[in-house]
Amino acid sequence: MRVGLFLTCVNDTLYPRTGQATVALLERLGCDVDFPLAQTCCGQMHWNTGYGRQVEPMVRGFAETFAGYDAVVTPSGSCGAMIRDNHPRAAARSGDAALADAVAAVVPKVHELSEFLVDVLGVTDVGAYFPHRVAYHPTCHSLRLMRLGDRPTALLRNVRGLELVDLPGAEECCGFGGTFAVKNPDVSAAMGADKIRNAEAAGAEVLCAADNSCLMHLGGMLTRRQGAVRTLHLAEILAATEADPGGLTWAGVRNGARG
Amino acid sequence: MSAVPLGMPSFPDAAREATRNPTLRRNLRHATHTIRDRRAAAVAELDDWAELRAAGAAIKDRTLRHLDTYLEQAEAAVVAAGGHVHWAADAAEANRIVTDLVRATGETEVVKVKSMATQEIGLNEALAEAGITAYETDLAELIVQLGDDRPSHILVPAIHRNRTEIRDIFRDAMGEWGIPAPDGMSDDPRELAEAARLHLREKFLRAKVGVSGANFLVAETGTLVVVESEGNGRMCLTLPETLISVVGIEKVVPTWRDLEVFLQLLPRSSTAERMNPYTSTWTGVTDGDGPRAFHLVLLDNGRTSILADEVGRQTLRCIRCSACLNVCPVYERAGGHAYGSVYPGPIGAILTPQLRGTGSAVDASLPYASTLCGACYDVCPVAIDIPEVLVHLREKVTAQRGHVIERSALRAAAWAMRDPKRYTALQRAAAAGTRALHPRRLPLPGWGKAWTDTRDLPAVPKESFRTWWQRRDTSGGTK
Amino acid sequence: MTDSRARILGRIRTALAGTERTTPAPAEPIARDYRDSHTDTGLVELLAHNLADYRARVHHATETDLPDLIARLLGSRGAHTLVVPPGLPDGWLPTAAGLRAVRGTDLSAAELDAMSSVLTGCAVAVAETGTIVLDGGPGQGRRMLTLVPDHHICVVRTPDQVVASVPQALRRLDPRRPQTWISGPSATSDIELDRVEGVHGPRALDVVLLVPPGGA
Ligand code: SF4
Repeated sequence: MRVGLFLTCVNDTLYPRTGQATVALLERLGCDVDFPLAQTCCGQMHWNTGYGRQVEPMVRGFAETFAGYDAVVTPSGSCGAMIRDNHPRAAARSGDAALADAVAAVVPKVHELSEFLVDVLGVTDVGAYFPHRVAYHPTCHSLRLMRLGDRPTALLRNVRGLELVDLPGAEECCGFGGTFAVKNPDVSAAMGADKIRNAEAAGAEVLCAADNSCLMHLGGMLTRRQGAVRTLHLAEILAATEADPGGLTWAGVRNGARG
Repeated sequence: MSAVPLGMPSFPDAAREATRNPTLRRNLRHATHTIRDRRAAAVAELDDWAELRAAGAAIKDRTLRHLDTYLEQAEAAVVAAGGHVHWAADAAEANRIVTDLVRATGETEVVKVKSMATQEIGLNEALAEAGITAYETDLAELIVQLGDDRPSHILVPAIHRNRTEIRDIFRDAMGEWGIPAPDGMSDDPRELAEAARLHLREKFLRAKVGVSGANFLVAETGTLVVVESEGNGRMCLTLPETLISVVGIEKVVPTWRDLEVFLQLLPRSSTAERMNPYTSTWTGVTDGDGPRAFHLVLLDNGRTSILADEVGRQTLRCIRCSACLNVCPVYERAGGHAYGSVYPGPIGAILTPQLRGTGSAVDASLPYASTLCGACYDVCPVAIDIPEVLVHLREKVTAQRGHVIERSALRAAAWAMRDPKRYTALQRAAAAGTRALHPRRLPLPGWGKAWTDTRDLPAVPKESFRTWWQRRDTSGGTK
Repeated sequence: MTDSRARILGRIRTALAGTERTTPAPAEPIARDYRDSHTDTGLVELLAHNLADYRARVHHATETDLPDLIARLLGSRGAHTLVVPPGLPDGWLPTAAGLRAVRGTDLSAAELDAMSSVLTGCAVAVAETGTIVLDGGPGQGRRMLTLVPDHHICVVRTPDQVVASVPQALRRLDPRRPQTWISGPSATSDIELDRVEGVHGPRALDVVLLVPPGGA
């Protein structure tokens, strides 16, 4: 299966490890992964901040870039939701029928990582090893827009050595909310602090989510407070194996041969 | 809608104060979490909730598409049943109509059932100017009125107060308004409710004029419906000789049968009950039962302009259950007062800027008073996509003047994102810049400072993913 | 006033100018895929359970034991005055000594306030929600009667007056009659969003489920 990786601009720039882990994981499961260099951003920040008029070129770019793949995988529930829910709206608003058709063709092929693993590849045991106590935070867009349900936790439960702890108030928003974090910093920080307190109360070593943007907010608070919990993207847990628990090989380079 | 409260700061500024008030945080957390769990249980009892919700939304949408027809039908039915119908284009007109109606009775006092519409138009203040005292009779409204406070929740206006604070307010203020609180009253909610019962009973028994809102107005029969818990509504609706009901034009539902949907959706969503203790319905006037004169005031006050907006229109489906407030993580931390309106929480964040416009600091900030987490949409019994409307209103705000810096920054970003080469260049510049400075706190005002006041910036890696990817297949080495 | 009427209706029509609508309005169908009821059996038991869940006190009686039961209910509260609406069967009334039963046709609110208890029938009862509905029909009286006294005894004829659900109840009721739907004694959630029984309406609600002769 030829999989186009839509990494998202945040991961590309700030969290390349998540991208490398996603590639390592998907290749381990036999996918032919490509990262088309023409990709940029899904346009979510613009859309959600009230600049929807500016996203049309990004929507167009996405549809063109990923038209040729069997499946498009993204390690972000939030960007996945932007594409699924709002790219069709943006296309409709542009009045360009060809664009609307292109978007309608690509959207059904777009999957968030855990969705792709469970629904498309049909696996819940990806052969991972991660001997730590982990709390899973279902980010709002993974939970309520993408409706990931128990897919991420089903995957985590099958990770050897991993102890999944219950996160109190798991379904409450962490307070990131894109530009909310800077437009309403006090409420955002109050929400983040509650989330972190809950993770600490659960005795978690690692707070895991399917969205690095929320983890950037929580992680930034955690390092500022020098808390005992660290944040990690779901892909990085699922990519870890007994042979390579630290993911030392993910960033490896190679010549030519794939697989 | 009544004006923005004088000196009302923007939402983020007002919310900052609230987040620093530990008592308020505790009160709100306790109350919203209590009701949240109970609502979920009450809703889970019905395995056809999704179908009820869809029908509720569909009935409201169809009603809105034919609002002119249904209002005329409702008017005719009320008049046929012996009632009088008045139309008020705005708050001032509604207040004038009610004031004149009360004056015509010769009375200087009215008893009131909690009603969002009369709060919206500032009726009590308008009556006071005309020398008419309005007594709020809902327990929470009484707490607000006696405490000279502002409401902070649709259903429970005194949600920001805990039992001890309420005890103190009753003890200090009840005597000034009528029967004082019993000596030695504790903060047990039962004793507080008893004090309210004693205090208000005398007012109910002598009242000649009642003022209410309504939850529903049935067009085919002209029937009004008030859903309540305490019985103060029944008192106001049945004991006075004259009843005046101020009802937003969006409250109309076409048929008596349609109530079968809303009387299931509303109680479970608002108080998490299978059914609220009391629901009163009346049609015009009835010989020998209840008021002899009934006046219905149909209120527009900005609703028709919401109707004109195809995305915003769904706001008018709202049945004011307050479920969206109770699940909202922002409301829980910011409290209701930060919204600067009688409509707080997620519904307030979309309703107020549509009713008042986005001219003031607080109104322009309301569409941003949300993380777009979607919890409100999930619980809304009439499926209002509040995040969708918020984003829609954000577009209106950004189209106004005054967003120059943000607009140009985001436009520049959009320009870069349009083209992978520009995007890569921007990415490199950002990485080089932040790595060179490696700041953990940014001192300059703006987004950077807002971020780093409470959080570290992520360390920017040496190499972006795309740079690595290009290197991966071309350079030598092992996988 | 007429001006505003025209203005508001005009604004509505302008607002809807771009919206497709089929007339007449009811021609646009509503998908009513929800249930007509959530239960069909054991309605009386369910009603009793749900009434009790909201702190109404539930009793069972035949028409023959009714007067004694009512006398006991009044006695337990030390009630001396009972108001009854027109049309209430005489056979329901207790004959206990020292009890005064008053027909409530002309009593003012203040006079009602001096009465201990009120005894009525009802129009219909809803099992799923634990609700009794009064519509001012025979044996129910004006709305004020069941509001001002602090104690309400309501008799429900089972199984005839019991329906499963809200949709079924609405079909039995005439919207032109003023109605009061009662689910438990008055209550409030206004203090810390927790339910407390007993504010302005009757603080005590006794519901008697009248078993038909021979039992059911
Ligand atoms: S918007 Fe929906 S959830 Fe919020 S008060 Fe209105 S009906 Fe209830």
